[in-house]
Order: sequence, then structure tokens, then C-alpha cells
Amino acid sequence: MPQRIVGVLDRIGRAAVRGMAEFGYAATLLGQAVFWLVLGRRRRQAVRLAPVVAQAMDVGIAAVPIITTLSATIGIMLAIQGIYSLKAFGAESRVTLGVALSTVREFSPLITGILVAGRSGSALAARLGTMRINQEIDALAVMGISPVRFLVTPALVAMVVMMPLLTLWADLVSLFAAGLYISSQLEMSMAAYADEVVTLLKMNDLLHGLAKSGIFAVLVTVVGVVNGSSVTGGAEGVGRMTTRSVVHAISAIVITDMFFAFMVTR
Amino acid sequence: MSDTRRVTVEVRRLNTHYGTRQILKDVSLDVREGEIMVIMGGSGSGKSTLLNHLLGLLRPTSGTVKVLGKDINTASALDVQELRTRMGVAFQSGALFSSMSVGDNIALPLREHTRLDAMTIGIMTRLKLEVVSLAGFEDLMPSELSGGMIKRAALARAIVMDPKLLFCDEPSAGLDPVVASSIDDLILRLRDAMGMSIVVVTHDLDSAFKIADRICVLDQGDVLALDTVAAIRNSPNERIQNLLNRRTEEAEVDPDAYLRRLLGERARQDGEDDSQQRHLP
Repeated sequence: MPQRIVGVLDRIGRAAVRGMAEFGYAATLLGQAVFWLVLGRRRRQAVRLAPVVAQAMDVGIAAVPIITTLSATIGIMLAIQGIYSLKAFGAESRVTLGVALSTVREFSPLITGILVAGRSGSALAARLGTMRINQEIDALAVMGISPVRFLVTPALVAMVVMMPLLTLWADLVSLFAAGLYISSQLEMSMAAYADEVVTLLKMNDLLHGLAKSGIFAVLVTVVGVVNGSSVTGGAEGVGRMTTRSVVHAISAIVITDMFFAFMVTR
Repeated sequence: MSDTRRVTVEVRRLNTHYGTRQILKDVSLDVREGEIMVIMGGSGSGKSTLLNHLLGLLRPTSGTVKVLGKDINTASALDVQELRTRMGVAFQSGALFSSMSVGDNIALPLREHTRLDAMTIGIMTRLKLEVVSLAGFEDLMPSELSGGMIKRAALARAIVMDPKLLFCDEPSAGLDPVVASSIDDLILRLRDAMGMSIVVVTHDLDSAFKIADRICVLDQGDVLALDTVAAIRNSPNERIQNLLNRRTEEAEVDPDAYLRRLLGERARQDGEDDSQQRHLP
């Protein structure tokens, strides 16, 4: 029996050490990516614009249709639930406030983050993992090309630029969609709704959401890269780490979201 | 063998471990300018590990690896980067970037390390493709190439910067004898035309005898022999003769260890600690 307890403690200890090591690795990677972005030119390894743009197209523009669809759906869903729950107080007319704040502060960044984690974070992990097992990462290194500068920094920059822009777009779309439902239900004009939204929303609310999406961008990239570059064990390993990266990225996003709200909102 | 030629690779008393298992034991060797050194050994002899150390992809436990006069483990990052533009590597799997065409793959080192214009880079790329007899294939993707073509494209990428030093990992593995032989001819031609030092890691005996100036035989992490082709052929060492004549060796059986293995008790040092996580270099 004591042996079993020692065994359990042993496993917990090892898992904790592995977890800490992974955190450290993630921090190192982030530091290196920023280092190459800032000092790359001086060390004769500038970060090129072309791969950043290519990544931005992939991460951002290609995600617009799905982000549009889902944020419109979320907007309408919030409007429906808002009107339903406010009916209890006979305060349906106040629904705009709830919808506007929750969309801009919470739902848009969250939905965008989760979608990008699923679309691009996993793709990044799979790409790096495949490159790892094909020795392409080693090939880059022995060519004197820093894999971090060549693969990670462009993805990071593209993510950090595109994620807030996608969030902004999601804000607009879901507010518009919510407006369509609210104006039809409460017999108010779209113009009146828009006017109300503009009066109710403060710049602070918008920035709250956008700042969060910037943090999510970093999280998704770093989690994708850490998992992708730690792949061992062939194609199965790539699949395992890709799944892990999506799960970790989404968990990180949701938990960070809560902390951010806790720190900033009260 | 004239010893006056410059030494391009110098390995001194290299000891390396994977977890707690020792892989290389006190390995020392020199590669001289214009020489083809073949590192030979069976599976698990440590030859791939040795190559990874020569490339600076792994850190040794002790010992030094000097490439083109610089210690690859202690030189500054900028020095290593500069060093790496003067050496080329053809990996066993080719390691061509699957998202880029063959031409882009070969042009990548030029695009990253030189300020040449696109026209010049295009010409140099096609020139190297001609050298490896792949002219006209630059627009294909690596997935559209055969095994032999991938190896040749990888060689073209390795030599595009006109390196002083070329490393080839298993250049003939997995190819039919004719194609394998053509790769050997290509390696010989590269050395004669460009005067580079070439380190070839292989387990293919025919290929080793055909191209090598000197052969380093690795066996379970030890340098069993390091000599010219003729000397290796005539070596009295039993293990070398076994290797040359493709005789399998009867491992001496330790009854206790055998019993432990049957009972499924893993040797402790082969446990989880061995799985070192490899990070982005």
C-alpha cells in the first residue's frame, strides 16, 4: 500500500515538473519570437512580410465567413434570451444594454478566440508537428535559419494583428444581427437601436474585448507551437498533439478570460 | 594520406547520453579538406547521434566538436549561423519543405542568406538542379517526386550555397541499386568538382567502399576502426569482418538479465526519464 502511494506521488511530481517545463518552454518561445521580430534584421535574419501576410490571410480573411455566421447567430441568440429574461420584470426595452455589453465585452472575443484556436491553432500545431517528424525543422536549423524566426514569428504577428480585427468584425455583425431581431420584436427602428447602442457602449467596453482577443491570439499561437514542436511518434503523435493543442488553447482562453474579467471589471 | 590538408571537422573525446544511457563513448575523429569520410555502423551503433552532434543539433555530455575551425557548441549564435551557411546537409528523408516547390526549396538558403536578386537566384537554383540531373523539375512539389529524386533535390539544396562541408545521412537508403549507385557517383562528382569535404553516414557497405577515402566504423558507440578503405577491408578485427561479411553476431546471453526480461521487469534506466523533450533549436 505505501508503495502505491509513493507511486501516485511519483506520478504527480513528474507531471508537475513536466507541466512547469512546458510553461517555461512556452515563455522562452514567446520571448524568442519577439526577439527575432525586434532584432532579426540586425542579426541578418529579418522577419519577412510575405509569410506574415500569407499567415494573416489564412488566420484572418479565410475565417471571416465562419466568424460572420457564428457571431450573427450569437447576436440573435442573446437578443432572444435577453428579451425572454427581461420579460419577467417587464423591462424588454432594456435588452439592448445587455446585448451590447455582453457581445462586445465577452462573446465576440470568446467566439473568435475559440474559432481561431480550432481553425488556425490546430493547423499550426499540425504543420510544426509534421515538419518536426520530417526533419524539416532540423533542416531549417542546419541551414542557419532560426525555426522560431521562420515559422513562429510570422504566425504570432499574423495572429496578434488579425484576431482583434476579427473580433471587431464579430462585434459589428452580432450587434447588427441582434438589432434585426430586437427591432422586429420591440417595434423600434434600426436607427433607434443603433443610436441606443452607440450611446450605451463606452470606448472602454470595446477595448476590453479587443485587448482580450490580443491575449487570446498570443495564447493560441504559443499553445499551438509548443504542442506542434513537441511531437514525437510519427503521424499518431501529430494527431495527438493537434487535439491537445485545441483543447489546451480553448481552456487557456476561457480561463484567461475569467481572470481578465476579474482583474479589470470589478 | 597527406596530413597537411586542413581539418574541417574535428571531434575530440565525444561522450553523449540519451537519458542515462550512454550512446557515444569517447569518439574522436578528423575529417580533412576534400576528403570523403564515411561513418558506418549497424542500427543502434550511434551513427545518427554522431551526425546530429556534428550538426550541432544535440549537446554532448563532454568533448568538443569543431566544424571549420569553430567549436559548434560554444561559438556565439551569430558565429554558428555563419558557420551553417558554409555547410550543407542532405537528410535521410530529404526533409524538403512540403509546402514549397522543389525550386523554392533549393532557393531558400540563397533567399535567406544572400542579397542576390531573384534572377540570379533562379539561375543558381537551376544550375544546381542541373548538377543533380533534376533540370526542369523546379515547379514540382516534393510529394510529386520519387525517392531518388527527393534525395537528389535534397543534395541540390545542400550544395546551393557552395559549402566547404557536406553531410549526407543515408544517401542510398531505400533506393534501388542503380539509383543508389547514381547517388554515389553524384557525391564523388561533387567532391571532385567543388573540393568539398563530405561526411556520409550509411550502413550500405557497397556504397561506403565505393565513395569513401576513409571509413569510421562505429559499434555500440565506440569507434571500432578509423582507416582507409583497404585497411578496413583487411582488418583482422572480428567484429569488423562480421560487419563486412554480413554475419550476425551471437550476443552473449546473461542468464539473469534474460530472466528479468522474461519477467517483464524493465531495466530502470530505460524508463521514462529517457524521453527527452526536443525543442525548437
